[in-house]
Amino acid sequence: MAKKKRPERQKDKSIPFKERISTFKEVPLGFTVRQALLEAERCLECKRPRCIEGCPVSVPIKDFIQLIKKKEYLKAAEKIKEKNALPAVCGRVCPQEDQCEKVCLLAKVDKPVAIGKLERFAADYEAKKLKEPKKPDVKKVSPRRNIKIAIIGSGPAGLTCAADLALMGYRVTIFESLHEPGGVLTYGIPEFRLPKRIVRREVNYIKSLGVELKLNHAIGATLQLDELFERGYEAIFIGVGAGLPQLLNIPGENAVGIYTANEYLTRVNLMKAYLFPGYDTPIKIGQNVVVIGGGNVALDAARTALRLGARSVTIAYRRTENEMPARIEEIEHAREEGIIFRFLISPVEFLADDNNVLTAIKFQLMELSEPDESGRRKPVPVPGKFETLPADLAITAIGTKANPLITKTIPGLKLNSKGYIEADEFGRTSREGVFAGGDIVTGAATVISAMGAGKNAAQAIQEYILKKYQIKQKI
Amino acid sequence: MFVILGDDGILFSLKMSNFFQIIKKEKIAPNGFLFRIKAPEVALHAKPGQFFVLRVNERGERIPLTLVRWNRRSGTIDFAFQVIGKTTHLLSKLKEGDFLKDVLGPLGRPSEIKYYGTVALLAGGFGAAAMLPIANALKEAGNNLVTILGARSKDYLILEKELRRLSSKIYVMTDDGSYGIKGFVKDGLEMASREYDIAHAYVIGPAIMMKFTVAACQELGIPNTVSLNPIMVDATGMCGSCRVNVGGKTYFACVDGPEFDGSQVDWNLLLNRLSAYLNEEKHSYELFLKKKGVLPRGKEKKA
Ligand SMILES: Cc1cc2nc3c(=O)[nH]c(=O)nc-3n(C[C@H](O)[C@H](O)[C@H](O)COP(=O)(O)OP(=O)(O)OC[C@H]3O[C@@H](n4cnc5c(N)ncnc54)[C@H](O)[C@@H]3O)c2cc1C
Ligand SMILES: Cc1cc2nc3c(=O)[nH]c(=O)nc-3n(C[C@H](O)[C@H](O)[C@H](O)COP(=O)(O)OP(=O)(O)OC[C@H]3O[C@@H](n4cnc5c(N)ncnc54)[C@H](O)[C@@H]3O)c2cc1C
Ligand code: FES
Repeated sequence: MAKKKRPERQKDKSIPFKERISTFKEVPLGFTVRQALLEAERCLECKRPRCIEGCPVSVPIKDFIQLIKKKEYLKAAEKIKEKNALPAVCGRVCPQEDQCEKVCLLAKVDKPVAIGKLERFAADYEAKKLKEPKKPDVKKVSPRRNIKIAIIGSGPAGLTCAADLALMGYRVTIFESLHEPGGVLTYGIPEFRLPKRIVRREVNYIKSLGVELKLNHAIGATLQLDELFERGYEAIFIGVGAGLPQLLNIPGENAVGIYTANEYLTRVNLMKAYLFPGYDTPIKIGQNVVVIGGGNVALDAARTALRLGARSVTIAYRRTENEMPARIEEIEHAREEGIIFRFLISPVEFLADDNNVLTAIKFQLMELSEPDESGRRKPVPVPGKFETLPADLAITAIGTKANPLITKTIPGLKLNSKGYIEADEFGRTSREGVFAGGDIVTGAATVISAMGAGKNAAQAIQEYILKKYQIKQKI
Repeated sequence: MFVILGDDGILFSLKMSNFFQIIKKEKIAPNGFLFRIKAPEVALHAKPGQFFVLRVNERGERIPLTLVRWNRRSGTIDFAFQVIGKTTHLLSKLKEGDFLKDVLGPLGRPSEIKYYGTVALLAGGFGAAAMLPIANALKEAGNNLVTILGARSKDYLILEKELRRLSSKIYVMTDDGSYGIKGFVKDGLEMASREYDIAHAYVIGPAIMMKFTVAACQELGIPNTVSLNPIMVDATGMCGSCRVNVGGKTYFACVDGPEFDGSQVDWNLLLNRLSAYLNEEKHSYELFLKKKGVLPRGKEKKA
């Protein structure tokens, strides 16, 4: 039989351009069934699938793609969920080009299989077909049903840890300081990239496993960690993210019109300021917006500003496009939407009028140095070369740090020099019964790595509890 | 439901810890109210100088308000607010028995209470509410309290009785002279400083009042503490909306404050940042009042 010609890598459609830059509707539409089948066809079904090794949570990629080929879409979704509780989220926001798709064998001769888009397809298909996500059986009568476990933070790390522990039969409570669950998925990543109904669906699924969600509880303020032990929680997982925005520490940084990306995105996403005055939280609409940074956060802020009605939006990054840590799809989208990119410039001063309202930003021009030991080229100033860009709105997206609200209030918890919690790969910290994972351990990373950390910690918590109770029984 | 032991040994139930019911509502000024709500976790952990954040409804803004009183046994907190925009207006329309959507607290660093000797409490308008728990704590620490309370006119004075009880002397100042002495808080301070050897001052009120009162303290050489009220969003140190400049350094008032050394504060920056959304707030409020029929249609300005 003649070998069929391999189809081209499929590309999903986007919503119409005009609608795209004036609304917060999701941009890529995802694969049609036909596209999914064609794309699945491209998979080489390697004996030793490297893609799975490239995935931080080892999603059975080969198997789920095979199920799509067989048109068993619901089963494909279930297959993914064996390892990944949030496929609809990961299919949309994972940096696949640095993970599974990077090591796809096909990439050697052609474009890699669009694993992310297939993952999204399976998850969306399931969401369309089933009103509620299919629940794995939770053992109704479990010897562990009276063992209470507390999870602090409801981002991807906390949600995953909670789900896994609930499935093991524990009584799990999540404490979240904001009034909505989801962490960065809710307050950071915008609607046009990750519709909030998807996050809600995933959160509802986790609640359906019996997980209790306590919002408006900031641990370290509302309650101390040790009070949770006093109230009978046997183990605690900390997944509070890296929620402290880094500042530039340059003159004028507090002028009116300068936002951290955290504030800007929180106002828009969590507080729905893009629907002001229908919702009550306001946001400034800039004419000339400059976003400082080059990661996903900077791109999200820039594309948000555009949709809110800015005349021009510029991304100012101190390295070059090659070093931009953002997802490729987002960079492409930002370009298509008319975002201006300025590379090798670094802000040195914000200029403001007499009322402290931002008017312009002064930049130092940069160049890349020779590669250092790690092979990375550092941006260094070009002496005496400056440029001033007019701006009435600036958003700084230059990274986040550990928020000390909780870490500083836990006696005996070891932190590293940057203030993150010290934990091993299973989330075990210096305090007995206290586990941690996600951005609060690694620093700002990815959704999938936070989920992986939540999963590992659930395992370690299980071991800890079992050991603790065996010891108790002997006594 | 769990039953827990508070640190004062009181047993109570936290079953309702997610339901923030209004227990008592009292009109205390022509433009303001005092509420008592159920919020057991907040009541259990509250300390003087701290605040909390609330949301009235699903579409509401998060607004910070200072904790005035709390009762661990009954799991309630008291707060006072003046109606100045849409959110405080919506809040003022709630009735006893109604619920708030969200309550998060206690937030901010508690006041650093210690023995100074004679402390002047300088409160403008609703600042008196924020001052009350601090006054109690300072009194307990053995300080002699001299209070200067300022308001527009007699009707706008709040918590005078409560503060009078704690103070060895109280000067009541009204802008229009309708009660007490005609003048501002800073004028009262000058009078008090002639009678007392004031070791420290607490200044709480609208930013503009704090700015001028702190200047008066400085002239008299009185070290002072202020409680800053910048615009906040999360109020847990996550966004930086509440940035203030104190002693040339940037602080997040929600977690590093709200109390700071008044003499080090960049007041103009605070005032400018407080009015960052004036147009938007006005637009939103007028739209709302028009819908309610309070303002005639077609009168609102575009933001
Ligand atoms: C704008 C933006 C875009 C991003 N885009 C991508 C992307 O495209 N792809 C990708 O893989 N990653 C992306 N990331 C990174 C990714 O979102 C994070 O790495 C991930 O969310 C970390 O998960 P987490 O569970 O550790 O913490 P978070 O998601 O930060 O969640 C922590 C939760 O804990 C709560 N919390 C904090 N302190 C307390 C406390 N004291 N008590 C109780 N609760 C508390 C917080 O409110 C929050 O809900 C992006 C991040 C941002 C900000
Ligand atoms: C730590 C702290 C404690 C406070 N304690 C009290 C109190 O005990 N009693 C009281 O009456 N008021 C208090 N305030 C001020 C109160 O939060 C504002 O009056 C309220 O947010 C106004 O909301 P609005 O929608 O009714 O008015 P808007 O029309 O939205 O705003 C009116 C003005 O209030 C300020 N403001 C608006 N939104 C916020 C916000 N999210 N955070 C802070 N300020 C804002 C701005 O200066 C604005 O110009 C406190 C503020 C802070 C920061
Ligand atoms: S209000 Fe967000 S950091 Fe203070």
